[in-house]
This record gives sequence, structure tokens and C-alpha cells, in this order.
Amino acid sequence: MLSLKNIGKRFGSLTALDDVAFRVDAGEVVGLVGDNGAGKSTCVKIISGMFQPGSGHIEFDGKPRVWASPHEALAAGIETVYQDVGLASHLSVDANIFLGREMKRPGILGRLGFLDNAGMRAAAEVDTRRIGIRLPDLGASVGDLSGGQRQAVAIARSISWARKVLILDEPTNHLGVVEVEEVLRLIRRVRDHGVAVVLVSHTLPHVMAITDRIVVLRLGRVAAQRITRETTTAEIVHDIMGASEAEITAHTR
Amino acid sequence: MFARPQARQQILLTACLVGIIVIFGCFNPRFFNPDNLSSIVQDATETILLAFAETLVIITGGIDLSVGAILGLSGIIGSLILVALTTGGYGLVLALAAGAAGAMLTGLAIGLGNGLMITRMRVTPFIATLAMLGIATGLTFVLTNGVDVSGLPSVVATWGNTVFLRVLTVPVVATAIIGIIVGLYLHRSQFGRWTFAIGSNARAARGAGIPVSRHLVKIYVYSGLLSAAAGILVVMRLGTGSPLEGTNDELNAIAAVVIGGASLFGGVGTIFGSLLGALIIGTIVNGLIVVGVQPYWQTVIIGIIIAVAVMLQERGRARELA
Repeated sequence: MLSLKNIGKRFGSLTALDDVAFRVDAGEVVGLVGDNGAGKSTCVKIISGMFQPGSGHIEFDGKPRVWASPHEALAAGIETVYQDVGLASHLSVDANIFLGREMKRPGILGRLGFLDNAGMRAAAEVDTRRIGIRLPDLGASVGDLSGGQRQAVAIARSISWARKVLILDEPTNHLGVVEVEEVLRLIRRVRDHGVAVVLVSHTLPHVMAITDRIVVLRLGRVAAQRITRETTTAEIVHDIMGASEAEITAHTR
Repeated sequence: MFARPQARQQILLTACLVGIIVIFGCFNPRFFNPDNLSSIVQDATETILLAFAETLVIITGGIDLSVGAILGLSGIIGSLILVALTTGGYGLVLALAAGAAGAMLTGLAIGLGNGLMITRMRVTPFIATLAMLGIATGLTFVLTNGVDVSGLPSVVATWGNTVFLRVLTVPVVATAIIGIIVGLYLHRSQFGRWTFAIGSNARAARGAGIPVSRHLVKIYVYSGLLSAAAGILVVMRLGTGSPLEGTNDELNAIAAVVIGGASLFGGVGTIFGSLLGALIIGTIVNGLIVVGVQPYWQTVIIGIIIAVAVMLQERGRARELA
């Protein structure tokens, strides 16, 4: 479905990504893990078109592609829940769910760009119920919601639009236990519908619980790729740290 | 988007406007004269149009300091074209159309310059539009040597000042129509939704596939066009092209938008609120003259009102967050 081919990215003198390659197939959940600064978020932003790769390319549905903007990735069916970007907090829940893909009124008014707010409200209600997310009021400003509710809106938004690939950057951050279970349940559902899912997280128990494969990034490079049921949390931690216990203790001494 | 706090705020602003009118009327009953109230609205049309332009920009989280300078330059360029064509023996209709088109093109060009500087060269809106303010004001004086452009056909002032239905003039009707169109587009269309989204969270807007840079260029172009329209209306009211028109008008426009409830941080604002803000400023300016206060006090009082309006809003927002 989606393959990264030798992706490199530099910011000035800093090398964020170097020769990164991995793939994710339809109906599969791939975990992307690594320490802070390992390049996870940069990787996400290249897949989603927010950043352009310095070298290498993305192969999508068997064809080499480079997204010039998030719009192109979205049009191809790639949805992303960003960790640090969030939603438009002054807009309502349904306005956020339809942001960038607004429904317009039928006829001439629609061609002039006028919005079908009632239609969007109704569709958002159906969507959130189908996905199984409960929100108090779709007309409320997102800024008035709790952190967990906001995350639910961001995920609902991406899930209801994801056709090919869903990328989730730290979706379980700042969530309570019940909300985390909810998010993991949603991820399984999307996967069962044949969507390729990339889960970026530093919460290893969640990664171990839900992924099929795990890609470990360290200092901008792929340090390891493992099949989840054939590995252990300890092994992944070791891959993330990039050093044996002995080396670390020797270093700190 | 028409959240309850905003509706409450607009009722409050309307009450303020009525209160101000009543207070001035108590000092001098002549203030209530329909002719005087009509002249307040006529004088306010330029501030209202500039406030509409500024509303679009401020909702995106930007600022346009060049609106007054665009008003001045586009009025002068329109006047110069009009005078050159009529004295050159061209037909009046052609001359009027060319003058209006020249003025609008001026606004479009400056707005486009602002938009491209901000999105392509990553200049902050404050600096980009400050540079344009300097350029446009300078060009206005270069073109006129600081002297009024006179000799415009008399039909211009006739259209600009003939009162019909007791209180209406062409500039007032034109401003009302523009206000309705801009208001509908801002609050009911996809264009408006994207404008609020960009001001609320530009990165989220980009992540949602909204072409943020292209949209911002459009916003500054519309700001330029609205300012140019204000320039045309001013020329119609005065019957001459004055190089001094528009000077410091951006301050009143920004004040009107802020009084109207917009946030300089972006994501919040309404056309109706900005209209009320501009009318409040216009009423105070006119009232101070009618009451006989030395005109130099105007800016002092408007400055105080801006400070109070922003203070009240910040306190309201702090309470919302708490």
C-alpha cells in the first residue's frame, strides 16, 4: 500500500531522517517508535505531505509519489492525526470534522460556495455514532471540549475520511484508561476495514497490544524492524536505546 | 459560528451606540436631526469599508496597515485617469469606467503585493503592510505633489452626495450592499469557514488540506479591493482627489474591528460587529464636533475606547478559560 524508499530530510545542519525505508500494507497496523528526536514526527509529516522529503520518495499503490502539500495526500486517501497540530479551536465540532471538505448547498448557492451546515451536522452525527464516539454537542466550539474529547474529534475526523492509510501520531497521549481502550478499539476497526494504519507512540504497551509490525527509529535511521508477536518489550526498548545495558551504565559512570 | 457570546456582545454594542447617540443628543438636540444622523452614516462609510477589509485580515490573525494608504492612492489614481480622459476628449462613461477600474486595479495590485510578501517571502503582516503603507502614501504624493486633483466632472460629486429617500446616498447604499455580500461570504461560505480556520489554527487548516497561502493572498487582495472601493466613494463624496485622504484611517478601521469584538489573535470576528464599531467611532467623531469639543480630542477619546474595549474582551476571555 505505502512504502517509504530511502527517505532523507535535513533541517539546516541537522539530519532528521537518513535513508529511512519501511512499508505498511492494507489491513495492517505498523508501529513507529523511537526516542524523542528520533525522527518519528518528521516521518509522519513527510507521509502526510506537510514536509517534502530531501531525498528518496514515497511509493503509494505501486507508484512513486511525492506530495507537494497535505491536500495531495488527503486526496489520495491518506489521513493523519497530528500530535502537535490539533484542531481549529474556535470552530464547532462538525466544522472541524468537515474542515477542508465542506458540504455545499445544492444548486447555484452551492456553486457560489455557500455551506450546507445542516447537512454537515446530520452527517457528522451519523459518522460519530457509527464510529461509536460520544460527544456532548456537535455545535460546541472545540476549544470548550476536554483534551480527551478533542482527541476523539481529531480521530473521528480522520477515521471517517480514511480510505487507504491512517497515520496516528501519539493518539493516546493525555488520555485516560477508558479513552485509550476506545482509541485502540477504533484502530482495530479501521484496520479490519482494510485501511493501512501507522501508529506513532512512545507508550510501548499500546504499541505491543495493537500492532502487527514495529519499526524502530533511532537518530533518524531505521534501527530495527520486528514482527510484534515475535518480539518483546525489552527487545524494542533495547532497539530504541541502541545500546546494551552495560554500555549505558559504562557511559553514565 | 454565531456563538451566543457574540450575539450578546452585539446587543451590548448596539446599546452602546444608542446610548452614545442619546448622550450627545442631550447636550445638543440638533444631534437627533435626521440630516445629522444621515451625515454621520455618510461620513462613516469609508471607515466602515476599511473596517470590513480589516475584519477579513484580522480574523486570519494578520493585520493590514495599508488600508488607509490604499484608499488614498486608489482615489488619486482614479481621479487622475478620469481627469486625463475627460480633458483628452474621451466620453464621460468611458472616463468614469476607466477611473473606477484604475482605482480597483490599484487596490488589487497592492493587496496582491501584501499577500505575496507575507506568504512567499515570509514577511510578517505588520511589516509587509507597513512597507506598503509607506510605498502607497509616497506614491500618492509623488503623483500629486501634495496638491488636490481637481477638475473632475461634476457628475461625480452629484452622484456622491444626492440624498434620496431622505437619508440615503449612493455611497451609503453601496456600502450596505458590499457589507451584505462580505458578511454572507464570511459567515456562510466555505471561503469564510477557511478564513476562520486559518486564524484559529493555521497548521490544522493546512493539515486539513486547505491551501493556506493561496487563501491568505486572496484575503489581502480583497482587503485591497475593499479599500480601493472606499477610495472611490471618498472621491465621490468630495468631488476631488485629495492626497491627504486615508491618512491614519487604518487606525480607525482597526479600532472599529476590535470594538466590534474581533480578536487580534485571529479566529474571532464578525462583519456586523465591525459595522457597529465603525458607527460608534463615527458617532463619537461627529458628536464631539456638534457638541463643540476641540477636534483634537477625537483621537484621545477613540484611543481610550480601544483600550477599554480590548480590556473588557480580554477579561471576558479569561473568564471563559477559567
